[in-house]
Amino acid sequence: MSDSPSASYLPEHPPVTDWVHDFDHTDPVWTDDPFPIWETLRAASPVVHTERFLGCYMPTTYQAVKEIAYDTEHFSSRRVIVRDVRPEISARAPPITSDPPEHKPAKQVLLPPFTPDAMKRLEPRVRAICNELIDEFIADGHCDAAARYTKHIPVRAIAHMLGIPEKDGDLFIKWIHQILELGIKNEEELMNGVREMTGYFMAHLEQRKLEPGDDLISQLLRAKGPGGQPLTDEHVLGSLRLLLIAGIDTTWSAIGSSLWHLARTPADRERLTAEPALIPTAIEEFLRAYSPVTMAREVMKETTISGCPVKAGNMVLLSFPAANRDPAMFPDADKVVIDRKENRHAAFGLGIHRCVGSNLARMEMQVAIEEWLKRIPDFRLDPAGKVTWSEGTVRGPRQLPVLFGKNA
Amino acid sequence: MSKLKIRVDQDKCQGHARCKSLAPELFELDEYGNAHEVGDGTVPAGLEDKAWLAQTNCPEIAIEVTEE
Repeated sequence: MSDSPSASYLPEHPPVTDWVHDFDHTDPVWTDDPFPIWETLRAASPVVHTERFLGCYMPTTYQAVKEIAYDTEHFSSRRVIVRDVRPEISARAPPITSDPPEHKPAKQVLLPPFTPDAMKRLEPRVRAICNELIDEFIADGHCDAAARYTKHIPVRAIAHMLGIPEKDGDLFIKWIHQILELGIKNEEELMNGVREMTGYFMAHLEQRKLEPGDDLISQLLRAKGPGGQPLTDEHVLGSLRLLLIAGIDTTWSAIGSSLWHLARTPADRERLTAEPALIPTAIEEFLRAYSPVTMAREVMKETTISGCPVKAGNMVLLSFPAANRDPAMFPDADKVVIDRKENRHAAFGLGIHRCVGSNLARMEMQVAIEEWLKRIPDFRLDPAGKVTWSEGTVRGPRQLPVLFGKNA
Repeated sequence: MSKLKIRVDQDKCQGHARCKSLAPELFELDEYGNAHEVGDGTVPAGLEDKAWLAQTNCPEIAIEVTEE
């Protein structure tokens, strides 16, 4: 990664003073604490607009988010990140970047390896990964839980599924940082990340063609696309790009936010330690309250959303996290209620683009929290440290210093 | 007491699998992870609460519960 400015480095964003007419999801105030901002925007209108990012709307209510997610006629998924630039579309990642009718066959290829049953077979390995990580720091009485724990679980789990050495996970983390965080404002970083990732996977593709196995890459190479033809290399590479980009810092963030909440909430920590059967319900509530993933759409045709006109050529910041905080949909939307019974949250999206990895993410979150609480039931934020949050499309703690054991 | 019957609307289900997780006795998943009601959807006595729990947690509102 280069620190030197380059021609493709775009100007810094001026600080936001008028959130309702000039919102910016990369502003440091949003990154630090977006919840009051969403409340302000929701009070103003179900759909707000900013001139930044070459023009972008944001639906602020659950209803408006849902209308857009279900409307594939007026809203395209061909761009799924709201950025400063809109270059020609080159690196596709089907099915997340696909619209009907291409979407369904591309998605159906990926669904069978990610069913709940398939995840049950992966679960013992994930449990072992969590314990291997905890072994490395438990004696210290403190750690950065983001850097030492939450970050590595999804990377290693996906590497395991792909039949790739788990130690290559550090490369994955670097590419994702380039693509999802630096790439919002820096085209060169983004292209470097995509290029390196594509080269890496191309080598694995060639190797699997010679020696097929049971791993996910081999399964994709064996899969038949629409018309019964094998998938093209470009399609397989695109889907692998997707699995990495969508499957890693999302779950890393979700596990991190859950631990952040538990570090600050002794009553919830004690209850989940005493009643582990409640953990799956609590995970759903963490997914609602701290949804990590904001998606995007591009407006293709003028239409109306929740009574608000939206015009072609603009992007849409499709904030499932904001929808999940809408008090019209969730009573006590701003409270974390770990035994919430009715929870139709949209953390994994709504409609045809439901996250293909949702069963994987849920399994990883559940196992990560179970194993942590078994071995570290009592922990708190380190008052001498600082919690930092990722910027942009995926929100979660990137530094999470905690104390436990002798320091708890 | 009236009997409950459940049905998963195949046009609405997107495979979130919340129903299978909350009421495994009442729902099954196909190879793509999309849900179907078990059998003809009749809810056995004692599982009524689970049927409603599944219904109220489906993000796509794809589960219909009817009282016969």
